[in-house]
Amino acid sequence: MKKVRKKIKIKGIVQGVGFRPFIYRLASKQNLVGWVNNNSQGVIIDIEGESEKISSFLSLINSKSPPLAKIDSIELREVPLKGYDNFSIKQSSTNTEDITLISSDIVTCLDCQEEVKNFNNHRYRYPFTNCTNCGPRYSIIEDLPYDRAVTTMKDFKMCDSCREEYEDPSSRRFHAQPNACPKCGPQLWLTDNLGSELAVKDPLKQAIKLLKQEKLLAIKGLGGFHLACDGKSDTAIKELRARKRRPDKPLAVMMRDREVVKKYCYLNSREEEILTGIRRPILLLKRKNNSLPANISVDNNYLGVMLPYTPLHELLFEEGLEILVMTSANLSGLPLEYRNQGSLDNLKEFADYFLLHDREIKTPVDDSVSRIILGQETLIRRGRGYAPLAIKFAGLKETLACGAELKNSFAIAKKGYLFLSQHLGNISKLESYQNYQEVIKHLKEIYQINPELIAYDLHPEYLTTKFAQSQGGQKVGVQHHHAHLVSCMVENEVSDRVIGLAFDGTGLGIDGRLWGGEFLLCDYTNFKRVGHLEYVKMPGGEQSIKEPWRMAISYLYEAYGDDIELFTELIDIDEERIKKIVKLIKADINSPQTSSMGRLFDAVGVLVALGKFITYEAQVAIKLEASVISNEVGEYDYQIKNNDGHYIVNTTSLIKSIVNDIKLGVNKGVIARKFHNTVIDFSVAICKLVRRDYKINSVALSGGVFQNKILLEGIYQQLIAQDFKVYFHKQIPSNDGGLAVGQLVIANYQKGAKNDVHSNTRKSD
Amino acid sequence: MKIITMAHGSGGKLTEELIEGIFYKSFKNDLLLQANDSTLLSFIKGRLVATTDNFVVKPIFFRGGDIGKLSICGTVNDLLMSGARPLYITVGFIIEEGFEINQLEKIVESMAVTALKAKVKIVSGDTKVVERGSCDGVYINTTGIGVLERNIKLGGARAEVGDKIIINGSIGDHGASIFTQRGELEINSSLQSDCTLLNDLIAEILDNSNKVKVLRDPTRGGLATTLNEIAGQSKVSIKLKEEKLLIRDEVRSLCQITGFDPLFLANEGKVVVVVDNSESNRVLEVMRKNDLGREARVIGEVVEDDNNRVYLETSINGTRIVNALVGELLPRIC
Ligand SMILES: [Fe+3]
Ligand SMILES: [Mg+2]
Ligand SMILES: [Zn+2]
Ligand SMILES: [Zn+2]
Repeated sequence: MKKVRKKIKIKGIVQGVGFRPFIYRLASKQNLVGWVNNNSQGVIIDIEGESEKISSFLSLINSKSPPLAKIDSIELREVPLKGYDNFSIKQSSTNTEDITLISSDIVTCLDCQEEVKNFNNHRYRYPFTNCTNCGPRYSIIEDLPYDRAVTTMKDFKMCDSCREEYEDPSSRRFHAQPNACPKCGPQLWLTDNLGSELAVKDPLKQAIKLLKQEKLLAIKGLGGFHLACDGKSDTAIKELRARKRRPDKPLAVMMRDREVVKKYCYLNSREEEILTGIRRPILLLKRKNNSLPANISVDNNYLGVMLPYTPLHELLFEEGLEILVMTSANLSGLPLEYRNQGSLDNLKEFADYFLLHDREIKTPVDDSVSRIILGQETLIRRGRGYAPLAIKFAGLKETLACGAELKNSFAIAKKGYLFLSQHLGNISKLESYQNYQEVIKHLKEIYQINPELIAYDLHPEYLTTKFAQSQGGQKVGVQHHHAHLVSCMVENEVSDRVIGLAFDGTGLGIDGRLWGGEFLLCDYTNFKRVGHLEYVKMPGGEQSIKEPWRMAISYLYEAYGDDIELFTELIDIDEERIKKIVKLIKADINSPQTSSMGRLFDAVGVLVALGKFITYEAQVAIKLEASVISNEVGEYDYQIKNNDGHYIVNTTSLIKSIVNDIKLGVNKGVIARKFHNTVIDFSVAICKLVRRDYKINSVALSGGVFQNKILLEGIYQQLIAQDFKVYFHKQIPSNDGGLAVGQLVIANYQKGAKNDVHSNTRKSD
Repeated sequence: MKIITMAHGSGGKLTEELIEGIFYKSFKNDLLLQANDSTLLSFIKGRLVATTDNFVVKPIFFRGGDIGKLSICGTVNDLLMSGARPLYITVGFIIEEGFEINQLEKIVESMAVTALKAKVKIVSGDTKVVERGSCDGVYINTTGIGVLERNIKLGGARAEVGDKIIINGSIGDHGASIFTQRGELEINSSLQSDCTLLNDLIAEILDNSNKVKVLRDPTRGGLATTLNEIAGQSKVSIKLKEEKLLIRDEVRSLCQITGFDPLFLANEGKVVVVVDNSESNRVLEVMRKNDLGREARVIGEVVEDDNNRVYLETSINGTRIVNALVGELLPRIC
């Protein structure tokens, strides 16, 4: 038999996922010799043996790789024989030449779950059980290559039995960096809200007892703290809402298992797959009945549900609890709490007790939120289990894209990859802005990025814009909706010009006005605005977002002029206030113009009496979607004005027909449905006009308004019926959480990146 | 009704009538009556301080003052902020053709009364008349000269970490009052402009403390702009506590309706005092004894941070970064 020796380089998500022991076992089985190690480029294998066995070894790498691994490429090089006498796993070495992908945090695997449930196992009821197939990754990593010494587990010295597992290539815990057991690993304890430890034997059992007594607990989990209470106690939920100053926004829940989920929610097979998968997002599921407390999800017939994803969470349900409210432990606009002391300082008024542990979180990661639309998982919030996202994309310079201000996430690029950070939330406050800067610094250090390009939004008052301006490197301002659409194009691997529909709240346009109902013709470099909603005023600027009834007045004023009598008849607001808002509009006092689709949804939501003020973003618009109950196929009138191939949707007759229906006492759900139909109809109509004008047949859909399932499905289906090719978001959020991807790619293309992306892009997950 | 005509600005007989009959009549003093091309001032011992300002306000007569009073207060207060004793003022008028003479008389009288109170002499002046439509009623320029007699060093660059920020009362009154009186919103508000002279208050502060670092009047651009200037000049950051700010209900409700931010509304009778922590209580007590400082309060402090920013700490919503306003305030919510 002919002997050969090969050097193999494997790139992708291959570290921290049990890849080296897998290679070790594979090589040993085939009697091959040499070694394997990790470096910052990925996994390197030096292997020697009979050529046939090496061939089968190579094919098995591909077909049998560990569940969490994601191979992007395998490079092979034949080298002279060396005469190794065994196969070994070598120490990690550092090499700055290339890049390794970071694995996300992963749900407890079945083997570990078994051990935790098994009375005879020494990890029985141990909340921090993990192995190479599961457990924390991104949230505990301080540096690469991934090794215990550069994670927050470095302070825990493994006991003999853990050490043995860690060093045994045949063990499931071989080089499982966070490996731990009750003897040597992290511990739980319970404190009151002053931080004094409760003298209890079993903090977990005590925590459960307190939850059952309707107490509120701050629970440190994988990527941060949750504020938790019994999901079946409306008293506890009411208290939680009051303390968190969150009167209406739906609360996420964790349910014991899929049987419980099925009891309260509809669950199709695709949903079940995502719900029970390795990433475990909060999944929006349709509620089945009204047996849960009404105050869990006030405005909505959907419920955000997740299953336990660490042994700690599993164990919370061992004494009969079925449902826990598990909401991120932070006040709206402030960053997620993730440090023991920080949470004791900042949450003492919210939680009665704190369930703490001593495994530090290096990088806070919020729970992800997703929804199944058109049979696809579409991410609303990209956090735990999904972050960081790596997209293969050739030809990018080292770049930082700063993102927007609400629902922020940022993106960086290096060596053929584009990385999208986890959801960082609203960063308009100092505390969240500091967190943003820390996470950027952390990822820049891990990947050793020194950005040549800094991409940012055109809005001068975003803190991300101010941050961009404080950075070195060439600054590139990117228009908000262009960035939305390019992020959708990148996700779908489309680089040819498309017709882009960008529907969102507001983003600054290049004419200084606030855009948000946009039809753009765009590619990775440029865009041309070919249509939009007619401008209306936003009386009082941001106040009109917090008080959507002002937008209703603005739309009514557009349609009817100064008709206070009608306005007071339609909107249950004090006449004097209505008059003042009309005066703001007339005198043009702090009333910027907007073409926003979000604001149109707000206005219509107010007209059909779904609320006048909001306590969370897009509340009225969300209620409008939720109120659709009919299969009504009718629609309202609208006009499309053609200004030289620039199509403007005039909403006057739309508003007037809605008002007529309201006066006739037509059911809200019917009006809501007809309104959705109308938006779908004019969107498709403009696509057809633009196709005629420019001979472009592809349409990309982006912007936060496309979180609306009825709208997305409607536009999608109608466009498909008209033979369009349609692209929408799945893994990258359509809201501002996905914006940075577009910013990053546009900045590169505007500054000279000229790659044929068709042959070069490939998603890594 | 007598009105200003182009002839009033021609330098002829009508101009003379205007000067003699209105300006000299109200402003008369030995220096002004020299009536030469320029005025010879007395010997001044000490370092001189100068400032100039143009006053454009609509409405010209407002609750709590008028453009005349404003033009004296503004310049006198600016002189006071450097620790000086105001001495002289020059005045320049640009008047629109058609402006009512009796209104002009009222404005001039109001300036004379204010100058008297401020113990400053109006020593020189000029008037131009412009065609109808070229200006809006009347614009006034005043230039002030004062003398620094105290042995103190004040300046925007002197704030240091640990210093306290004190203000003598509520914010936004002038801006809000002027806005409501323009009548576009037809708000019936009794809110007065805070337009006033700060001579006595400042003298009392400086008589009692030599550890005051900065004095500033937060006029156009409001408190936010003034504090950003100080932060930038001193290379420090400033942290305000939201609950310490005094904002009158009328100002609050105007802001609620319009989306304006009281931090950016103009004040015309306020002083921001940056004082060493060790003397902040003493300064506060002194201020509170004066009528104009009865509502004085510590609103924040200078903090360690090299971003040179102004922060507003709220009790529940975290800390807002208050930037100096550039241009329009556009919504940031997507
Ligand atoms: Fe957006
Ligand atoms: Mg001045
Ligand atoms: Zn496991
Ligand atoms: Zn152990």
